[in-house]
Amino acid sequence: MGATDGRQPLLEIIGLRVSVEGAEILRGIDLTVYPGEVHAIMGPNGSGKSTLAHVLAGREAFTVTGGSVRYAGRDLLAMSPEERACEGVFLAFQYPVEIPGVANKYFLRTAINAVRKHRGLAEIDVMDFLRLAREKAKQLDLDQALLDRAINEGFSGGEKKRNEILQMTLLEPRLAVLDETDSGLDIDALRIVAGGVNALRGPERAIVLVTHYQRLLDYIVPDQVHVLSDGRIVRSGDRALALELEERGYGWLDAAAGVRASG
Amino acid sequence: MASGPNAAFEDLATREYKYGFSTDVEVDAVPPGLDEDVVATISAKKHEPEWLRDWRLRAYRHWRKMTEPTWQNVSYAPIDYDGIVYYSAPRKRGDGPKSLDEVDPEVRRTFEKLGISLEEQKRLSGVAVDAVFDSVSVATTFKDKLAERGIIFCAFSEAVQTHPDLVRKYLGSVVPYTDNFFATLNSAVFSDGSFCYIPPGVRCPMELSTYFRINAANTGQFERTLIIAEPGSYVSYLEGCTAPMRDENQLHAAVVELVALEGAEIKYSTVQNWYPGDKDGKGGIYNFVTKRGKCAGRRAKISWTQVETGSAITWKYPSVILQGDDSVGEFYSVALTNNRQQADTGTKMIHIGRNTRSTILSKGISAGHGQNTYRGLVKIQKSARGARNYTQCDSLLIGDKCGAHTFPYIEVKNSTARMEHEASTSKIGEDQLFYCRQRGISTEDAVTMIVNGFCKQVFRELPMEFAVEAQKLLGVSLEGAVG
Repeated sequence: MGATDGRQPLLEIIGLRVSVEGAEILRGIDLTVYPGEVHAIMGPNGSGKSTLAHVLAGREAFTVTGGSVRYAGRDLLAMSPEERACEGVFLAFQYPVEIPGVANKYFLRTAINAVRKHRGLAEIDVMDFLRLAREKAKQLDLDQALLDRAINEGFSGGEKKRNEILQMTLLEPRLAVLDETDSGLDIDALRIVAGGVNALRGPERAIVLVTHYQRLLDYIVPDQVHVLSDGRIVRSGDRALALELEERGYGWLDAAAGVRASG
Repeated sequence: MASGPNAAFEDLATREYKYGFSTDVEVDAVPPGLDEDVVATISAKKHEPEWLRDWRLRAYRHWRKMTEPTWQNVSYAPIDYDGIVYYSAPRKRGDGPKSLDEVDPEVRRTFEKLGISLEEQKRLSGVAVDAVFDSVSVATTFKDKLAERGIIFCAFSEAVQTHPDLVRKYLGSVVPYTDNFFATLNSAVFSDGSFCYIPPGVRCPMELSTYFRINAANTGQFERTLIIAEPGSYVSYLEGCTAPMRDENQLHAAVVELVALEGAEIKYSTVQNWYPGDKDGKGGIYNFVTKRGKCAGRRAKISWTQVETGSAITWKYPSVILQGDDSVGEFYSVALTNNRQQADTGTKMIHIGRNTRSTILSKGISAGHGQNTYRGLVKIQKSARGARNYTQCDSLLIGDKCGAHTFPYIEVKNSTARMEHEASTSKIGEDQLFYCRQRGISTEDAVTMIVNGFCKQVFRELPMEFAVEAQKLLGVSLEGAVG
């Protein structure tokens, strides 16, 4: 799958099994993502989509019981969450947390500097940072006053999601995982968020979109679509698969259960 | 600094005499333990007038009849009051480390994390005594500038000599010598402290700080501070030692008295970082301090802001007696306990005058095995018509071996009073930490960031420089709290 032509995959998941509190959520996931690609992971609620996203980011509440994940040639699972972040793995949270009293802009600058430090770069100049943050916020139609407010505190659902995209834009990850970033967005906000994601697309980056609905894929056209059901990828295909799902619903997959797509 | 270290030390040798510290240093030989002779000796060493010696002796006799309080929510081995040296004279040059290389590397790392400059490091470790003396001269420069406006800012013992009437009038007027076990002990043996007087209508042009002077005089564990703000005056006062002290268990029983007359305002800020003891609770300061202010006149205002990160045990309740009508009392506090530290701290707001208002904002942070207690009394007396109080009391827990406790006492004897009390307890969530870490921020930095956010409302009350220092201090104090 994917155009190989001698390139190394950015992300290579093989037989990944994950449990939480003894219950197995992911039951053998295989997924290969090359630089420049956009993959959509779709599936019904409880299929394990969000778990996959969080495991990639290093959430410790999940226990990896089998399989491996390689990222840019390294063992991703051996890296701490902050190391993954510094190496370019970004997770846009479905439910961004609030941190009272910590200004959004301060948080952003701290994050940028942590990543820069890891890369051996000097800290970003405060004024340069503010200029950049304001400019990017404007592109995302995000009220600049939100930069001064405490992280996500009192933000509307849409503001939280756009704030995630703002962070992604500023941190310039190599692998961006978006966990249901489209949920709860109206059509205008969805368009803005999609614009932000598309602006980030590039030959060196890959994006994994976790979504319940096909509608996001009208704006961010994926190279591949995978359907997750009961902890396994049950089908993979191109964009047409997403449209088919929308038409027929996830129930259609249950009928076809056991049929594992070869991709 | 223009002169090299050798020159500085030579310079010091001459200056030491110039400043007249040496006599006391040489004869410093008060044996451990306490009796009337020791009290009288302390008084004599300081060439105190008879009335002050008698005041000390009255305090001492009263103290003999008192027992150590046990109601506070802390535990410690009994203090051997006969084992304490009650008069500690200025440290001699030879006692301290001679260069920074001799300073405990751990202390130096702490300095570096605090962002304290090399010169400052020397001063704080007691290395470059010249710098300490430099600070004295700095203070003296300020003193001249202040004197132009009639402001008196000097060592307590100096004030006893130069302004005995003021000292006599106000000493013990807010915290009487009979007040409590530790304050009474202090009254008997206090070694030195600060004295500050702001004349009517004068706005003190700079923040006054004990920082330099305490370092210079190296005053002991029983200091006494008295601040008098005459009608319509204003002063902002900073107190703090942001350097960790390397010490054994030591009793530090200070007394601070503030008097604000009609329309006067006193803002008193503390950043306390005495040595907290090691990870297992060995050593550290017992910080048993009595701080109280009196809004003696109408529309007077007293505001306490404290950031308490040090000490093995902290026991203090900076309070305000709201006697004047329309007077205002404020208490803003951050108390952090890590490892085996214990803190029982809060405030008392005593409303006597009409339409008196008080605000209490307390932020307690517990990490490691730390135990953090907020204890606060809001008392509305019968005369306090229209009194108002707002109390907000938040606790933050880091880990699951620490504790947070809240004991609010409310006594209302006037039905027109309005009281509001809000309290919350939260844990640093795994969610919050993961969110920060996913953005590349280390766990330690994330905890510091979250805690600083939690304390923001209090830090806002601190003078700018102090606020920055307090934030850095929290980071250092929280080291090893997680992970």
